[in-house]
Amino acid sequence: MSSTFDAVATIIAETCDIPRDTIKPESHAINDLGIDSLDFLDVAFAIDKAFGIKMPLEQWTQEVNEGKATTEQYFVLKNLCAHIDALVAAKGA
Amino acid sequence: MRLEYFQLIDRIVELDLGSRTIRTQATVPAESTIFEGHFPGFPLMPGVLLLESMAQTSGWLIIGITGFSRMPFLAAFKEAKLRAFVKPGDTLELTAALVHDGSGFARTKAEIRHDGKLACNAEITFRVVEFPNPEFRQHMEKAAAALAFPMEQLAHG
Repeated sequence: MSSTFDAVATIIAETCDIPRDTIKPESHAINDLGIDSLDFLDVAFAIDKAFGIKMPLEQWTQEVNEGKATTEQYFVLKNLCAHIDALVAAKGA
Repeated sequence: MRLEYFQLIDRIVELDLGSRTIRTQATVPAESTIFEGHFPGFPLMPGVLLLESMAQTSGWLIIGITGFSRMPFLAAFKEAKLRAFVKPGDTLELTAALVHDGSGFARTKAEIRHDGKLACNAEITFRVVEFPNPEFRQHMEKAAAALAFPMEQLAHG
């Protein structure tokens, strides 16, 4: 988890020009860090490439839009990292 | 090219779904009102239209890869470089390769060559969504046919 968070935080810092030390596990990518949907595509691209996965952004967005999930479940960084870890584990299974 | 219809490529030369690449061709019109302003006495194909031609080339690649089920909309250019002047009458060879097929987005690398020389290149990001309505998809299928889009590959791909 911590190495995943470090990698994700570095990606966000470099991709979105956000100071690394302001990015915390509790940070909400949209509400706290101000990452908009276009910048998040760059973040998703870098995460997909770094971890060899395909984050199901469309599914997550649909779940949020349908009220089945909250943005916090996917876009608070510690939760995002947990999803990334799960995707990486599923890939290796 | 039919600049007035924003059709920036003339023909799909090759669509390779295995290597996820595409080649297209386009000839810049010898005359257009665009050249009266860009520039008087020194007509040049505007760089933004060259970028659009790479986006259209990439777009047809993504449509091919998604089996004509989804529509790519231009979202971002990265590292766009206009390396050489392109003039009225020039015939251009365009290529694009899929760099990443993400969830709801895709990224390509595209380039334009004229007489074998690299004229323009960029990395392009698209939002990839369902066709907004059936009419739009039908329009795109007609446009594909006019560009010699190899529909038969989708059936076998």
